This record gives sequence, structure tokens and C-alpha cells, in this order.
Amino acid sequence: MEQEPLMVQVQGVGKRYRLGTTNRQQLTDDVKAWTAKLLGRPDPTVPVGAAVDPQRIGEDFWALRNVSFEVRRGEVVGIVGHNGAGKSTMLKLLSRITLPTEGTIKMRGKVSSLLEVGTGFHPELTGRDNIYLNGAILGMRKAEVNAKLDEIIAFSGIQHHIDTPVKRYSSGMRVRLGFAIAAHLEPEILIIDEVLSVGDADFQRKSMGKMKDSAASGRTVLFVSHNMTAMRSLCSRVIWLDNGRVRMQGPTEDVVGAYLSNFTADQTEMVWSELDTAPGNDMVRLRSARVRPDPDNGTFSWDTDVLFEVCIENLKADDGRHLNINVQVLNNDQLVLFATNLRENTPDADLGPGIHKVRFAIPGKLLNPGDFRFNLMVHYQGKLQFQTHSIIGFTLPEPVRKGAWHGKRAGLFQFPVTWQHERTSAGDQ
Amino acid sequence: MMKEEGAMTPEGGAHAAEGHWDVVIEPSTPWWRLNLGEIWRYRDLLAEMVKRDLTAIYKQTILGPIWVLLQPLITSLMFAVIFGLMARMALPGIPPVLFYMSAVMPWSFFAGVINKTAATLITNAPLMTKVYFPRLIPPLSSMASSAFTFLVQLAFFFVFAAVYRISGSYAWAPGIALLALPLLIILEMLLALGTGLIVAALTTKYKDLNFLIGFAVQLLMYMSPVIFPLAKVAPDSPVRPLLEANPITPVIEGFRGALLGTAMDWSTLWYSAICASVLLLAGLALFQRAERSYADVV
Repeated sequence: MEQEPLMVQVQGVGKRYRLGTTNRQQLTDDVKAWTAKLLGRPDPTVPVGAAVDPQRIGEDFWALRNVSFEVRRGEVVGIVGHNGAGKSTMLKLLSRITLPTEGTIKMRGKVSSLLEVGTGFHPELTGRDNIYLNGAILGMRKAEVNAKLDEIIAFSGIQHHIDTPVKRYSSGMRVRLGFAIAAHLEPEILIIDEVLSVGDADFQRKSMGKMKDSAASGRTVLFVSHNMTAMRSLCSRVIWLDNGRVRMQGPTEDVVGAYLSNFTADQTEMVWSELDTAPGNDMVRLRSARVRPDPDNGTFSWDTDVLFEVCIENLKADDGRHLNINVQVLNNDQLVLFATNLRENTPDADLGPGIHKVRFAIPGKLLNPGDFRFNLMVHYQGKLQFQTHSIIGFTLPEPVRKGAWHGKRAGLFQFPVTWQHERTSAGDQ
Repeated sequence: MMKEEGAMTPEGGAHAAEGHWDVVIEPSTPWWRLNLGEIWRYRDLLAEMVKRDLTAIYKQTILGPIWVLLQPLITSLMFAVIFGLMARMALPGIPPVLFYMSAVMPWSFFAGVINKTAATLITNAPLMTKVYFPRLIPPLSSMASSAFTFLVQLAFFFVFAAVYRISGSYAWAPGIALLALPLLIILEMLLALGTGLIVAALTTKYKDLNFLIGFAVQLLMYMSPVIFPLAKVAPDSPVRPLLEANPITPVIEGFRGALLGTAMDWSTLWYSAICASVLLLAGLALFQRAERSYADVV
């Protein structure tokens, strides 16, 4: 395997966040701490209980620890992991937004990272001026922008408004312009966050297509995502981060398979107590998601209903009647068994600003036992706001059946089927 | 999954083993490693940011770029009336408006650079958490755009002063001291950048400084010979040592000396130059340290 040169080498990388100490933002606190230190008294600014609780001493939190991997030229490598596994920290380190606490990262050639499109657009400047500004922010030389200007404008599809200030653009136009610029970067290494794929379906297709093109032209791509379908279609290799460490890396099928089967259905409830880290955007956010048997006797079984329930907070989508929630139910093979949305039978429900609880039931005696997961998408006025994959899930155990065979039945469904039998003619003796 | 172009050059693998890495990210780089080469590679970003600063500020205003000239003119007129005519603080024989313009222009340049540099980490936070670029680019670009504005104002001053001379109301005749202008501008930029970088680094830790810096810069103006010439302060006055300790004092006096030909002890500029070097070094060191941890805090 000596064929391609190494493009990225990550060696023993760790990132530690100090909780607590960064909160000291007032000069007086520092003065108090210094004087206390001089007088040999305990620091009055340390939170009460910090000294007695060994768990809180220093309040260090390693977002990543001992992470090593290598990427060769032309590889498309995916990074998967649960929320909080360290994916975003890894992205920030690779994009040089923050520095590692330990270890080194070495890269070869021009690196571009896209954690967002249209970063640094100035509202007062025209689309054309912003192409130059944003291009420069992304590391393009002016000559490069000049050479590609017409192409970028054509790709964005907003030729007629290119000399209008960006503040008059719709959010869709801004995204299109931002993406058009990003798509014309020609880095040797491209680092892409899944966040990019938030947008309308058309935009998602474009961004996927762009990544495929990059890979085909021998570019090295690092791609962070929750979307296993995208991983499978794009990546040659996948790195699975778990709790800040590399849990597994190897061929896509092996790692994705292991990741999915590990991501079992035991996570039946998720609660996001901090708004900033909850899935969503500044329009709507998910507060909690839960799945439980109905009636709630604590155990899922084939013959009882399953209730899916989410709490969603509308932050500033004024027209609550145009907020919609789509849910997909998937099995272990990532196959969507069915999809449903809030507006199917509640066209008038007003999800105006505030917190709303919505739920639906999957009837019992329907699904073939196994592991199930939920994907959730939230739309406002027909535009995708955010999506989360496999947020929660549940396991339906095999029912106890009469008869000799207790193995798993084939198929997606298992519902009461009534067999009938009649003898149509008497047998000849 | 094998790549189609498996036939890479044979030295590809060997090259990869040690070879040259373009980007090396390590836990800590010493503060003195400035990486000027990288700033040079990003010079187009610097140019774009200067362009943005210059074009975007006056958008949506009726007078547009004329404000560049109106701002120092109005301030000078105010100072001329209040401090010149009423308090009689200006030097006799020089039209008060010219007298104040010669100090107000360099002073607002100085104050502007400090204020903008001090806020650079905060105003650019949305950018800094999404993209990498040398973090010194925004302060350098705001310094460059302020310098450009200042040069336009200087040109305006010459026209203004020439009108005085032609109309015969004041025999404006600057001397050889005009040659000191480039040196004064550079000294002033370095002093402002150094001070601004120090404040920028400290504001990441102490947010209170955000509010304090505005007052501090105003206070500093009264401790500099902006509204009165140094010559008007008696040598035995208790405020004189304070004024002389201020490194911007020789620079402001220098601008007056260069633009109006007033008396000036040019040797005091050495003091400013030493202070500028110390402040700049301290500023760069503190800023680089703060910038690194800043992305983790915002």
C-alpha cells in the first residue's frame, strides 16, 4: 500500500478543555485570587465544593485523547461518532481554529475547510464584492478569484443580483452564493462538515455532487457526518470516534456496520438541557426526544403500541402553522420502514413561539422485532431547518411464540395474519 | 477501494515518509514565531478587508466619503472655539482651526487604531470560529484602512492651509520638518498597534476592559498635547512629567512641528520609538497567546 503519499498525519492528538477557569472574567476576581494566594488563604473565587469534590478539581475535560490516523492522497475519509464524541473538536483542530493540547497534526498542500458557507459576508457589499472578500477569507488569491469569477457567478445562479448588496438577498441566495465560492476552491485537502448539507434538497445534491467530484479528481477529503447513506456512497474509509478516542477505523462497510450495530436501541431518551448544544438552528431547536411503550409498563413488546414523543422549541418561526416535523422510522439496515409528518392529520396545529410536545404511536403487532431508530427533520415554510439521524431508538424483543421455532423471522413486518383452511376436495384413498 | 491512478511516481512513498509538511499544528508555538511568510501569503485577504472597511462604512450615508474630511474638521472647529478662542489654549499667531487640525487628525488616527485593534478579537469572533487565517490580519487591515483615511485627511489639510496662505490671512510655511512626516506616521501606527493588541489580549480575559477602553483613550487625549501645545505647560507644572511620560506626546508635538513649523525638540522622539518597540513586542506576545485560547472560550 505504498501507492499514494500521505496527506494528513494525526499523531497522538488530544484536546483538553478547562471548564470553570475560563469563567473568571472580572479583574476583581483575579485580584482577589492573587491576594488570597499571597496571604496563604484559600482562593475565594473557586466555586464552593470544588475543593472537596475530587471530580471537579481542575475541571478538565478531554474532548479528544490519543487520536492518531493517516490519510493518503485521493482518499475520502469519513468521521463518524455520536454527539459529543469529539467530531466537531477534530474538525476544529484540522481547520486550525483551535490548537491541540497534545500531539501533532501535519498536512501537505493547500487545506480548505468548510464548516459554514458564506462566512464573513458583509451585508453592505454587493454579491460581486463579497465573492472577493469571502474568497480571500477562504484563502483564495485575488488572481484565482478573477479567473473563476464568471464561473462562480454562473454556478450561483444569481447573475441578475450580483451587483446588489447582499443584505437584500434571501437566505437561500446567500447560501447559493456562499456555496458557489466554496465549490470553486481548489485545495489539495478538503475538510467538510455535515452542517453544510443543511439546506434544501437541491443544495444537498449539489454539495454531495461537489464532494464526489473532488474525490474523483484525486483530492483528499475528510468528511464529518451522521448520515450513513452519504458515508457509504462517498467514503473509502471511515474513522469512528467514541468518547474522544478512535474506536475503530477501516473500510467503510466494516466501520459503519459496527457503528450502527453498536448504536443500539438502548438510547430511548435524549434531553438537551442547554439550548446551544441542542440539535437545530436559531429558528427551532429540539429539546428532548423519547420513545416508550404505551401503556408504559417499562418494557417494549411486540404486541403493545410504541409512543414517539419530541419536545421542540420554536424560537422565532412566527408562523407556527408552517412548522412541520417529519419522522422516519428505520431498521438496523438503515432501511426506512415508513415516514410520517405532523401535518398529516393536524393541518391547523399552531406551533408558534414556545415549547411544543408532539407525539404519535406506532401500532403494536405490526413491526417485525428488531432494533429501530428515528430520523427527524424539521421544516419551516417548506424549507429544511435541521435534521438529526438516529437520535433515539428502541428494541422490540421477539415475542414468545407457540411452536418449535424461536428464531428471527424474515421480513419487515409481523402482524397477525389469519390463515384459513378449507378442504376443497376429499383425498382419494 | 483502489484509486485509478495507482501508478504514482515511485518516490511518492518515500517522499511521504519524511518529506516536507506544509502545515504543522502543534500544541504551542513560541510567541516570537510571527510567521510573516504566512501573513504575506494572505496579503489579498488584507487588501480585501481594507477595501471592505473603506467602502462599507460610509454606505447608506448621504455625504458618503466626505465624512472622512468632515469628522476632523468639525472636531477642530469645536476645539478651536472652545479651547482656542474661549480658553485661549492655542498658540498665538496660528489660526486656531489649523492649529487644532494638525493635532486632531493624528490623534483620531491614533485613537481609532487603538479602539479597532482592541475590539478585533470580539468583532471577528464569528469569522475566527469558522475559518483559519493569520489572526493578525484584521488588526493590520484596520490599521491600514485608518492610515489610508489619515493620508486623505493630510492631503486635505495641505489644501486647507494653502488656501489660508493664498488668501493672505496666514503665512503658512512649513519647513524642512515636513520630511519627518513618514517617520511620525510609522511611530504612531506602531504605538497604536502595540497598545491595541495588549488591550485586545486583555479583553478576552477581562470583559470589563471593553467599557473602560473608551474612557481610557479619552483620558489619554487630555494627557497629550492635543488641545494645548506642550509649550503652554510650565516646566515646573505638576502635570508636565505626566505629559512627558506619555509616549504619544512627542509624536503629536512632532506633527505640529512638521505641519505648522512650531518649535519642537525632535530628540524626544527617541523615547516614543523605544516605547513603541516595547509595546509592540508585548502586544504581539500577549495577542498571540490570547488568540490561541480565544476560540475555546467564545
